Amino acid sequence: MSAHAAPKISVRGLEKSFDGKQVLNGLDLDIAEGESLVVIGGSGTGKSVLVKCILGLLRPEAGSIRIDGAETVGIGWAARQRLMRRIGMLFQGGALFDSLKVWENVAFGLIEGRGVERNAAQEVALSKLAAVGLGREVGELYPAELSGGMQKRVALARAIAAEPEIIFFDEPTTGLDPIMADVINDLILKCVRDLGATAVSITHDMVSTKKIADRIAMLHQGRIIWQGRKEEIDRSGNPFVDQFVHGRAEGPIAMEVRAL
Amino acid sequence: MIFSFLAAIGAGFLAFLAATGRLFLFVLSSLAALFRPPFYFRLLLRQVVEMGYFSLPVVGLTALFTGMVLALQSYVGFARFNAEGSVATVVVLSMTRELGPVIGGLMVAGRVGAAIAAEIGTMRVTDQIDALTTLSTDPFRYLVLPRLLAGLITLPFLVLVADVLGVFGGFLVGTYKLGFNPAGYLDQTHQFLETRDVVLGLVKASVFGFIVALMGCYQGYHSRGGAEGVGQATTHAVVSASVLILLSDYLLTQAFFAR
Ligand SMILES: Nc1ncnc2c1ncn2[C@@H]1O[C@H](COP(=O)(O)OP(=O)(O)OP(=O)(O)O)[C@@H](O)[C@H]1O
Ligand SMILES: [Mg+2]
Repeated sequence: MSAHAAPKISVRGLEKSFDGKQVLNGLDLDIAEGESLVVIGGSGTGKSVLVKCILGLLRPEAGSIRIDGAETVGIGWAARQRLMRRIGMLFQGGALFDSLKVWENVAFGLIEGRGVERNAAQEVALSKLAAVGLGREVGELYPAELSGGMQKRVALARAIAAEPEIIFFDEPTTGLDPIMADVINDLILKCVRDLGATAVSITHDMVSTKKIADRIAMLHQGRIIWQGRKEEIDRSGNPFVDQFVHGRAEGPIAMEVRAL
Repeated sequence: MIFSFLAAIGAGFLAFLAATGRLFLFVLSSLAALFRPPFYFRLLLRQVVEMGYFSLPVVGLTALFTGMVLALQSYVGFARFNAEGSVATVVVLSMTRELGPVIGGLMVAGRVGAAIAAEIGTMRVTDQIDALTTLSTDPFRYLVLPRLLAGLITLPFLVLVADVLGVFGGFLVGTYKLGFNPAGYLDQTHQFLETRDVVLGLVKASVFGFIVALMGCYQGYHSRGGAEGVGQATTHAVVSASVLILLSDYLLTQAFFAR
């Protein structure tokens, strides 16, 4: 018997390719309940694809994804829908609904997914907007009327509006100024500490990583090549991790670029 | 040489079968969504207004001119064997049985089918459809079903208006230009028209409305690759809807009117 509790999310042997291009190649990853895991890795290594597979938005060719011990690959729509009520997701591009007002976007999961009454949902939405630094008047605007950073914060408010057990953040601080980025970091920490949520974040931002992570996992060439507690990352002994953390152009991760 | 030629045909045929299968699955998923609560009545209403009310000007105008041209052309033709008296009958039968539904369908394909494909396609490439799923909302129920139903129920009303305006166009040309007696023209219009002609024309319209909405949703739902992909989806939606409208028009006409 293992001394650890069973993982909240357990990924085994995950494989996903697009048009013959292998993106995930036998990926294994465990995420414990209530922890904040940050996934790092170069651009285009498949971090977003990994999260979309866990959510069931992409169908992997092989492998198993268990949430609370139950297999989720290939489950039916009704079971998927029940699962989604416990999960929040911040998409990399925001993915706000253009045809709905900002507050309706934030309240969407409450109203449509959980049947909360509109006025009550609006109050919740406005308080979540306030938590990401957006006032009541912003709630009445449409997403197209917001700046990129504001859209990101609205998307974040939408992801956490229903206080889910598991939250995925795909680049939550990209495109924000350093001060707002830190506010968002605090908010993510608050979700994990106060609500006891399990958080999986994807980021390139090492400052943010060091603040929000309990554990860090690095994705490279379709696998997790290193994982450990955040204190360990500076002495990982892994040249790939070192190159990434210090942002050096020279190292084992060769970027496919040619000099001008 | 000959083998590569045959292989090309075979590959094309297989791609065609795959596309047909995907479309069929898409229809099945939409139908399945019909039997799962909740039903988004407000969204249906919005689509009906968008598809029906806002298409009235373009469909009405094209129907009016079609009726006018029809009266002129059939007059010229019939005058050659002294059958000018049949102009009114030709106009009303052509409009109700054939031109009203087809012109209405094609106009709505250009106006609404394209808009549906562009909207749903944009939602696809910006992850909004995935976002719906993560918010426990079925995209088929929320996006596709209201549009399919709106197409099904809105087009008949639109085409009824088109029928009336087409006949009115014929009447204008007949009485002002071709010198028919107004009462006589209207008499001619009624004389050979059967309820069946109108009703079956409206059934056609309903099928065409479904086709337009289906192709818009299907192409949009499966679009990928950014703005360019959405543009392609829009084009495909209009072209495939137009072709399918004319094809199904032939099949329906044969089923309804041929004896
Ligand atoms: N829907 C798709 N169709 C085809 N290829 C895709 C699709 N989604 C992702 N890919 C490919 O999979 C690879 C991984 O993409 P992914 O979006 O997961 O990268 P990422 O690690 O999130 O990068 P970034 O940090 O830049 O967001 C990319 O090479 C991309 O081209
Ligand atoms: Mg990404």
